[in-house]
Amino acid sequence: MRLLIAVSASIGLLMIEHISPRLDPLRAGLSLVVDPIKYLVDLPSEITRRTSDSLQSYSTLLAENKKLRETESLDKIRLLKYDALEKENIRLRALLENSFKLGEQVLIAELLSVNIATPYENIVVVNKGTRFGIHPQQPVVDANGVVGQVFRALPTTSEIMLITDPNHAIPVQVNRNGLLTIAVGSGELNRLNFPYLPDNADIRPGDLLITSGLGGTFPPGYPVAVVDPFTPPAGKQITATPKAALDRNRELMIVWSNANQIPITPTQTVQNPQKEDNVNE
Amino acid sequence: MNNTYGFGRIILTLVFAMCLKIAPIQGSLAIYNPDWVLLTLIYWSLAFPERVGIFHAWTFGLLTDVLTGRLFGQYALAYSLVIYISLLAHKRLRQFPFIQQALFIFCCLLLAQLLLLFIKNLQHTAQLRPTFWVPVFTGTLCWPLVYNVLRFVRLAKPIK
Repeated sequence: MRLLIAVSASIGLLMIEHISPRLDPLRAGLSLVVDPIKYLVDLPSEITRRTSDSLQSYSTLLAENKKLRETESLDKIRLLKYDALEKENIRLRALLENSFKLGEQVLIAELLSVNIATPYENIVVVNKGTRFGIHPQQPVVDANGVVGQVFRALPTTSEIMLITDPNHAIPVQVNRNGLLTIAVGSGELNRLNFPYLPDNADIRPGDLLITSGLGGTFPPGYPVAVVDPFTPPAGKQITATPKAALDRNRELMIVWSNANQIPITPTQTVQNPQKEDNVNE
Repeated sequence: MNNTYGFGRIILTLVFAMCLKIAPIQGSLAIYNPDWVLLTLIYWSLAFPERVGIFHAWTFGLLTDVLTGRLFGQYALAYSLVIYISLLAHKRLRQFPFIQQALFIFCCLLLAQLLLLFIKNLQHTAQLRPTFWVPVFTGTLCWPLVYNVLRFVRLAKPIK
C-alpha cells in the first residue's frame, strides 16, 4: 500500500515536472534544505584555497600585482578604442536598418566544487541563485569565451550546463567568413562537434567561432571555440576546442543581455513588412 | 529504548552519504562513485525495518533529486522500490552469509540504476556507455565498508 502511494507519487511528480514548470517553487523550497550540503562539500576546497592565498609570500603578491596592473592598463587602452568602434558599429548598423543588442550586464559567480551530475553530463554549480536575479537560460561566459547557460536557478545556487554537454547546442558562426552552424557538446570538456556541417563548408583549422546570436539565448559576438587541426575533407568529423577554460576557471560571469534593442533608426517606416517578421522570430 | 532512539544518527549518516554522492571527484574517477545514499538507506532498512521505511526512502530520494538536479521523483521512485524489496527480505537477509547479502545488494543497485536509465531515456535518448554500470559494481564492493561503518554507528553508545 505504502509502496503504491510512493510509486504513484513519484511517477506523478515526474510527469508533472516533465511537462510544466509548475513544481519550481517546491524545488526551490526543498533546495533550501539541500543546498547547505553543497556548501558543506565545497568547504574543504574553499579552505585550502583560502589558506594557500594567505600563505603566499609578499614578493609573489607584489609580482602578481605588477603584472595585473600592466594588463589592466593594456586593457584600458584597448577599451578606449572599443568604445569608439562600438559607436561606429551602432551607426553603421543603423544605416543597414539592423537591430543590435548591446549593453550587457554581468554578475560574477563562483564555482562550487561539487559533482552533482553523472560523469556523462557537464553540469556545474555556482554560488549565486535566484536571490541575485538569475534566471534559466541566461548565458554564462568567462574571460576567454562562452562557458554555457544557466540550466536551473535555485534560491542560493544555480546549475550551469556547459557548452560541451551532450545535450547542449549553441549557434555559432565562423568569424572569418560568417559561416553559420551549430556546435554540439561532445561530453568531453575540450571538444565540440559540428553534426550539421556540410563536407564542402569553408572552414579551416584555427578558425575562431563566435556566437551568432541566433536562437536568442546567447548575445552575438562572444568567442566560443577554435577549430582543431584536421585534414580535409573532414566534414562532420571537424571538432573545435572551447576558448573558455572550462575545467580550470572558478569565476564565471553570468550575463544579462539588455532586453531593449537599439531601435532601428528610421522608426517612422513602420509599414516595413520586414519588421513584422523580426517580431515573429 | 524510546522510538526516536537513533533517529538522529540515521539522518546524519544519510546527510553524510549525500555529501559523498556529490563529492568533487576528479575527472575519470567520478564514474566509480557508487550510490552512497541508497546503500545507507538499505542498511538502515535492514537494521531498523520498523523505523526506516518506504516513506523515508521516498523523502530522501526526493531530496537527492533536488540535490543532483534531476527531474522530481526519479531517485524517489528508485529508492522507494528498492527499500520495499529490502524490507520484504530483511528477515532472511540478516541470516544470509556475506556473499549472498552482497549479491542481494548488487541486484538492488542494478534495479535502481535500471530505473534511472529508464527515466532518463524518457526525457531524451541517453547515450548508454558501459561505464554507466560501474557504480553498481563499486557499490557492491563498498557494501562491507558501509555495513561495518554503519554498524559501528548503530552500536556506538548514545551520547546522552
